[in-house]
Amino acid sequence: MQEGTVLEMRGIHKSFPGVHALQGVQFTLRKGEIHALMGENGAGKSTLIKVLTGVYSKDEGSIMLDGHKGEVSIKSPQDAQNVGISTVYQEITLCPNLSVAENMFIGRTTAGAVLKWKDMNRAADKILKNLDIPAKATQQLGSCSIAVQQMVAIARAVDMDCKVLILDEPTSSLDEQEVEKLFKLMRDLKSRGVGIVFVTHFLDQVYAVSDRITVLRDGKFIGEYTVAELPRLKLVSTMLGKEMDDLADIKEDKAVNSQKDEVPVIEVEKLHSTTGIKPFDFYINKGEVNGFTGLLGSGRSECVRAIFGADKTIGGVIKIEGKKVKIAAPIDAMKHGIAYLPEDRKNDGIIGDLSVKDNIILALQVLEGFFKPLSEKEKNKFAEEYIKLLDIKTASPETPIKSLSGGNQQKCILARWLLTHPNYLILDEPTRGIDVGTKVDIQKLVLKLASEGMSITFISSEQDEMIRTCSRLVVMRDGRVVGELTGDDISQTKIMSTIAGE
Amino acid sequence: MGMTKTENTSSAVKQKKNILQWFNSLTDTNKLLLITIVAFVLMYVSAMIFEGKGFLKPQALCNILINNAALIITACGMSVVMITGGIDISVGGVVALVSMICAVYLDLHGGNVVVALLIALGVGLAFGLIQGFLVAYLEIQPFIVTLAGMFFARGLITIIHSEPFDVKNEAFVALKDTRIEIPFIGSFNNRGVFMPVYINIGVIVALVIVVLLFVLLRWSKIGRHFYAVGGNAQSALMLGINVKRTRFLSHIICGLLAGIGGFVYVLYVGSGSPSNALGMEMNAIASSIIGGTMLTGGVGNIIGTLFGVLSLSTIKDIVASAGLTDPWWTGITIAAMLCLFLIIQSVVISGKRKK
Repeated sequence: MQEGTVLEMRGIHKSFPGVHALQGVQFTLRKGEIHALMGENGAGKSTLIKVLTGVYSKDEGSIMLDGHKGEVSIKSPQDAQNVGISTVYQEITLCPNLSVAENMFIGRTTAGAVLKWKDMNRAADKILKNLDIPAKATQQLGSCSIAVQQMVAIARAVDMDCKVLILDEPTSSLDEQEVEKLFKLMRDLKSRGVGIVFVTHFLDQVYAVSDRITVLRDGKFIGEYTVAELPRLKLVSTMLGKEMDDLADIKEDKAVNSQKDEVPVIEVEKLHSTTGIKPFDFYINKGEVNGFTGLLGSGRSECVRAIFGADKTIGGVIKIEGKKVKIAAPIDAMKHGIAYLPEDRKNDGIIGDLSVKDNIILALQVLEGFFKPLSEKEKNKFAEEYIKLLDIKTASPETPIKSLSGGNQQKCILARWLLTHPNYLILDEPTRGIDVGTKVDIQKLVLKLASEGMSITFISSEQDEMIRTCSRLVVMRDGRVVGELTGDDISQTKIMSTIAGE
Repeated sequence: MGMTKTENTSSAVKQKKNILQWFNSLTDTNKLLLITIVAFVLMYVSAMIFEGKGFLKPQALCNILINNAALIITACGMSVVMITGGIDISVGGVVALVSMICAVYLDLHGGNVVVALLIALGVGLAFGLIQGFLVAYLEIQPFIVTLAGMFFARGLITIIHSEPFDVKNEAFVALKDTRIEIPFIGSFNNRGVFMPVYINIGVIVALVIVVLLFVLLRWSKIGRHFYAVGGNAQSALMLGINVKRTRFLSHIICGLLAGIGGFVYVLYVGSGSPSNALGMEMNAIASSIIGGTMLTGGVGNIIGTLFGVLSLSTIKDIVASAGLTDPWWTGITIAAMLCLFLIIQSVVISGKRKK
């Protein structure tokens, strides 16, 4: 290990059944630096951190720490804490019912069974003051803002003499001012020689505080760069794995259908939800396929969820064919002919123990109302029709949906929504985790439905797919709509530069 | 004149604001404790005013303590489990089982009182150990585990003895009838003789346990661990607390206290019967909740639990002395009271969380 290095991870491998999540990843953290760990969904960031904090055990590779001879073995979060690796997670891992001081000291190995409140409160106040955290030791933690709670968690870590501080998406639930406070604290700790690993998906924040960036992609180490070496655009292209010149865009027949004078099927003005996205405008015409794009966590799903009423909206107007409507819950949206295929298939989509047939007819049944049950004959007819239409591979319509493959489950959910004959179909990551053949089927189906007059919003992490299917792309960054691309502008280069904000 | 008036009102508003601020700065536990005590005092004072006589004598309060000593002890154990985020509905059964075993041992076998106490502790501990192990280490739902415990205890009682009977053991009866007079507090009877108030041994045991547990929960590390685990078990784990051991301990304490409660119970009723302590677990839960312990865990106070038992009993007395002697009236008033406290809890606690 070199002088000034606090942590060195080399050749880390980790496999889960069916996935080789980390393939020889390396990571080096120097004393007093803020090191951003970047990568798209599935790149292996969280697996790497979990290996480092002892939540997962590594299959291969070595971890070395300053002040420890040879490799250190970290088998549990406890071990990690003991060797000076502390983690502050996105969700606060403190107890909201206890006081600030208790949260800083509870569970730490100090002698005696008796609690000395006075000493503890005094020590806590000193640390809080030292780090300039606006909280009182005796205050109940739950009464502090999320940012302060996060800082208390950091204060605890710092007081435990940590050498490596991991901040895993610490800013996702903070507002701008709070983020600024957190950054101040991070810089302060940096000047005290703590090495900080910073995981975030906010590009602005990476450039605001970080010294170095390590990029992972598909479980592989892509490179370690100083911030100066890696301007935004290059960072985005490195994360996505697309070279700037290597962009032979496949232009296919797209259902471009956007006359200006037409009344949009759906029009949204200043829609705002509680999930942290900024108010946005949006419209879609009859027979149009458009899409939301942006990095993971940029708010693309949150936008469509707001339109569908799946998240609580706190402002804005939704118009359907020019008429103002109120959508407070998904059922309202469904009644207005909107369908939404959710991103999280397992939790928001399938009902695992129900049969393929029952999963398919579910949305239609809800729309009809439960007092008008579909007859068994109708159900069978619908199920068989769509099993054939979408080529769903299932033993029978009665098979429980959970025993189907991911792609076929997805087709069932798609069938569920097509059966309601929507005017506007939202597909959020319809092709995630399914094989290439099915992906192409779904893309073809989207274009076919659009040519028949359905309006479709398509969201995918795979930009090739979006470029191939969408005639208009709304680009998002950090919860904000930052651009709209149409026609020839829909290209890898243009999308990436818009995401990067250059 | 006008000036001073506005000044007065503004200072009154300010004072009101200060009180509100002070109240908001309290922890959830202390807020609920305060509400419980204030509610009890209001209830008792209004009983004194409207119901008069019976409640005016200091002995009335002591009688409440005497009648509910066993419940106080069991409810304390329940509070510890509830603070840790669990529940123990076997306590009523354990109290009944212990009282039956002690009664049979003392009366039919002419046993020794000290040995009877040890048996009580042993039975309670056994329930605590087994249930605690199942809940903490095998991670079975506490409700299910202790439901089984309840059925088991109730079943065992009838196997031991199926008929009610009085305990005639001399040492036991002497202990049962021991009155501890408190000097200088009391009232004059209608012949003008000063009658000091008295309590019994059960009350002393109950109050000692309340103090001990209060100290344990406030000033010991394990006590704070109960709160941490109840507040957020996952976080507690990340903070380096042995969550399983903490849960295990909470059930052991609850079991032990149910054992002691059983002994105090038999000392109070003086008989063994399969219908002893029927529904006591529900009264213990109700008392804990009225006392400001939250079913969701992490919030609660033993002093509150004491006042919870007192409130529950006072309301029963008020209902009875108002002439509503039918049992359903008690049930309905307790239901209303529980409902009220649950609403207060959710307003006080969730009102703040939203911010």
